[in-house]
Amino acid sequence: MAEQTKREPTLRVAGLTKRFGGLTAVDHMDMNVYAGEVVGLIGDNGAGKSTLIKMISGVYRPDDGKIFLDGEETTFVSPLEARRLGVETIYQDLALCENLDASVNIFLGREPMRRSLGFLKAVDRKLMLTESQSVLDRLDIHIPNLRKPIREMSGGQRQAVAIARAVYWNARLMIMDEPTAALGVPEQRKVLHLVNTLREQNVPVLIISHNLQDVFAVADRVVIMRRGNKVGERRIEETSIDELVTLMVGGELVREE
Amino acid sequence: MRTLSRIWAWLFLLVLIIFFSLTGDGFFSLFNFQAVAANVAILLIMALGQTFVIIAAGIDLSTGFVMGLASVAGALAMTSLPADTPLPLIVLTGLAAGLFVGLIPGLINGLIIAKLKVPPFIVTLGMFGIARGIGFLMSEGMPIPVSIPGLGRVGNGYLFYHYPGSGFSFLQPPAGVTGVELRQLTGILPHPVTYAIILVLAAHWLLKRSRFGLHTYAIGGNQEAAVRAGIPVDRRVIALYMLSAGSAALAGVLYNMRFTNGAANSGEALLLDSIAAVVIGGASLFGGEGTIIGTVIGALIIAVIQNGLVILGINPFWQFVAVGVVIILAVLVDQAKEQVAE
Repeated sequence: MAEQTKREPTLRVAGLTKRFGGLTAVDHMDMNVYAGEVVGLIGDNGAGKSTLIKMISGVYRPDDGKIFLDGEETTFVSPLEARRLGVETIYQDLALCENLDASVNIFLGREPMRRSLGFLKAVDRKLMLTESQSVLDRLDIHIPNLRKPIREMSGGQRQAVAIARAVYWNARLMIMDEPTAALGVPEQRKVLHLVNTLREQNVPVLIISHNLQDVFAVADRVVIMRRGNKVGERRIEETSIDELVTLMVGGELVREE
Repeated sequence: MRTLSRIWAWLFLLVLIIFFSLTGDGFFSLFNFQAVAANVAILLIMALGQTFVIIAAGIDLSTGFVMGLASVAGALAMTSLPADTPLPLIVLTGLAAGLFVGLIPGLINGLIIAKLKVPPFIVTLGMFGIARGIGFLMSEGMPIPVSIPGLGRVGNGYLFYHYPGSGFSFLQPPAGVTGVELRQLTGILPHPVTYAIILVLAAHWLLKRSRFGLHTYAIGGNQEAAVRAGIPVDRRVIALYMLSAGSAALAGVLYNMRFTNGAANSGEALLLDSIAAVVIGGASLFGGEGTIIGTVIGALIIAVIQNGLVILGINPFWQFVAVGVVIILAVLVDQAKEQVAE
């Protein structure tokens, strides 16, 4: 921890709070994520993980507290604003258009244009294909036919396209919500391998998962939430599945570091 | 099987043409083919906008009466001009009036669907009634004759004329060909076909090459994903319904030129045929799939069936039955395609 506190975290949230009517979903949450690390965010259902993520990705406005990106205070008015500032979120449903191909999905909403017929502007499909190929290569993802619609791809390939989209647009922080939940075992491995690739490229990843095995496989650090609060924070090599489960369900007093 | 499902509409059209050529006297002739093409132009133009809307997982039920409304507005505008107004100016006035009046219901449809999140089926069904009522009110329930010299030729003329002995001429019959000689005159490329070809090319470009076209597919594929990707979905949806209304309005003004009148119910019979053309052409009513070329084939299938049955002397009411069967067939082929994909 000591060496980390010296440098500026990529993401810092301080006292972040969100209430829904009488319910406080997230209650004065503090958390840091540093460049090049993978942080697992775990907690039981209703612990406030999703609400916290949605505030960081601009879906919800916090009722209280602050979000800092590379030390600079930011307020996201929309998911788009968050993306513009480099916070890419990959939701469980991936938000891909299944009728369109991988390259179009990577560029959707930010398509490169070229001149056509002299005075018209056409979508530059060729550029989209070559650029998509290069970002997929960078992530060591193999998709045989980039013109194939997403519909015809496996779950792992879809996840890979969603990750490639986030990476292409130079994510400063990648948030992944249950990235392995809908996948078979070999596909889960591929996605975890991708998370490692992201870390090697110095992109910090905040990963939400129910699967503690996954968290142990990729995370450097784990943040445990219960009832809207952070109830613990552990380096992965200093903890065990048993301890994390105990923290999640609240079996013992919180040990502060 | 996959390829078959993609080209079945082409094959079906080909089979129809071969069948009617063998059985129908006078079906296989330049004259008849041009008549079929000229007759399908209005339907096809209306179906172009509908194609975009259906690809975006919407539907526009108001186009038939928006076309009627535009034809009434166009007719009223053109007949209100002084008699010595030059023809091009009259045509432009009709076009402008029809488009302006026709785009208003499209804008309202789009705004209500995009901003108030009312299902397109309901909004455009409501607009179906509103446009119908206003069209009849504006025309006082009667067709409006547009007896302007030369206007009929804008809607019924040909791009080229061929007269044995004096070769080809452009836009006008060769000078000096009159009376009985006119019977030997062959027109090539009826104007409605030329207009339709231009609009088809423009629509194809818009759908396949432009950002708007790509966003249309994205909205139909996964609207939530389109929103999250930063596509201005509301603006696109409004534009889509204006495009649909705009193409219906163009159909209405073409109707003015072709039949030299304007009528509130001129598009009544075309609404379902235009949706049928889009669906037969391979567009999915669930959104995300469809092409302009498919819609062209779909419209041609409907037109060939109608024309062929007339030539065979079959009771015209069978046309409805035949087109109905083809619609169901088209959706069955589409479903088979889905199953093969899985």
